[in-house]
Amino acid sequence: MKGLISTSVAIMAGLIVLVGYFFQIPILSDIRNLILDWAVTLAAIMVFIGVLNLLSINNSRIQTKQKGGFYSLILVISLLITLILGLLFKPGHPVMNFIFYSVQLPVERSLMALLAVTLLLASIHLLRRQPNLFSVIFLVTTLLILLGTAPLPFGVLPFFSDILRPFVAQVLAAAGARGILLGIALATLTTGLRVLFGVDRPYGGQ
Amino acid sequence: MNWSAMIAFVLVAGSAGLLLGFAILRRKSSPAFREIPAFIRLRKAIGRAVEDGSRLHVSLGRGSLTSPQGAAGLAGLSALRRLADLTSTSDLTPIATSGEPSLAVLSQDVLQASYQEATAGGHFDTSGARLTGLTPFSYASGTLPTLRDEHISANILLGSFGVEAGLLTDAAERQNSFLLAASDYLPAQAVLYASAQEPLIGEELYAVSEYIHHSPMHAASLSVQDILRWVLIVCLLLGALLKLAGLL
Repeated sequence: MKGLISTSVAIMAGLIVLVGYFFQIPILSDIRNLILDWAVTLAAIMVFIGVLNLLSINNSRIQTKQKGGFYSLILVISLLITLILGLLFKPGHPVMNFIFYSVQLPVERSLMALLAVTLLLASIHLLRRQPNLFSVIFLVTTLLILLGTAPLPFGVLPFFSDILRPFVAQVLAAAGARGILLGIALATLTTGLRVLFGVDRPYGGQ
Repeated sequence: MNWSAMIAFVLVAGSAGLLLGFAILRRKSSPAFREIPAFIRLRKAIGRAVEDGSRLHVSLGRGSLTSPQGAAGLAGLSALRRLADLTSTSDLTPIATSGEPSLAVLSQDVLQASYQEATAGGHFDTSGARLTGLTPFSYASGTLPTLRDEHISANILLGSFGVEAGLLTDAAERQNSFLLAASDYLPAQAVLYASAQEPLIGEELYAVSEYIHHSPMHAASLSVQDILRWVLIVCLLLGALLKLAGLL
């Protein structure tokens, strides 16, 4: 019964929003805007629930003394300190900016740098993992783009930066990317329709 | 209604009609889709996980349901439900991680629904669905301990990921665990192609549910995609020809 109600509500809400998008009927537009406002409010509440979930998982790791429990402790303490400071000073305050620019940003940048090394190693291993023509094309394209873009000690390579890189990036890669994006758009449409028909029920419909 | 809205309406209504039509026609027979080797290996990995009592890890990315990336999250949730059903005989339920709060809540709901259906209302451990971080790299670094410490034998990354997915693929490779990965974001697809064991490209992300477990509606949605793709190809070619002829 619970599943039937949640499915009916979800289908009804989805249909109203969809029909309200295509047909400019005042009452339908009002209901559509109201539903969308509810969705935004619910999304904000979800953030709060998500943070509680994060706290609960890490708290249980500390209490059960699981491997990595010490890092969970650091996470919980940092989260609580940031939360209290955020409530006291509000976002945009120099203290909050200090936390963001001195802790969050450097750590994320370090991970980005680590990712660059990880991807370099992955590219080196690509031919071993997938020894086929597409892997060769992938690597050759990467090298061509790098040669046309990377700042080299002796300046830019004339043919690579002027002709080859723009051709590969703006013609070949753009054409391929548009093809992939069109495929994703069509799949997005049918995924949405499946949810609208109640076939896929990511909201507790059993 | 303006022209673009009218075309969109015809596209949506036509797709809905085709979807229902194909689903009714194909209730008894399943259409033959091309084999994707990644899905054959995924089925084997699921079987191995059930046999040796290890866990599946499904990561759903950071696609907010209130954004256009929500569809990738929904596709991931649909696949999660099917994976949870398939591993319901295993001792350990799958773990779902996400970098978006709504996905974390919904993944908990999906896992709970599957578990309670399999165990006729047994007590579900809610720690199976986790929000691991709210920014791209905090999400990736929060997911790393799950890959390492939770007896995971197969990782499935399905959703909207950025380039941070490279850190997850690297960690999975270090653990020698199976990894299937797909994202709707183009730079992430390039990263996954270079680093993942079994990368999926483009719309293959949305076909996972059908390839894991056949259902008429999912099969119909793949057929509708194929038809729409041909319609688009014809439109593009016609547009190019009309442009060449100077009529556009």
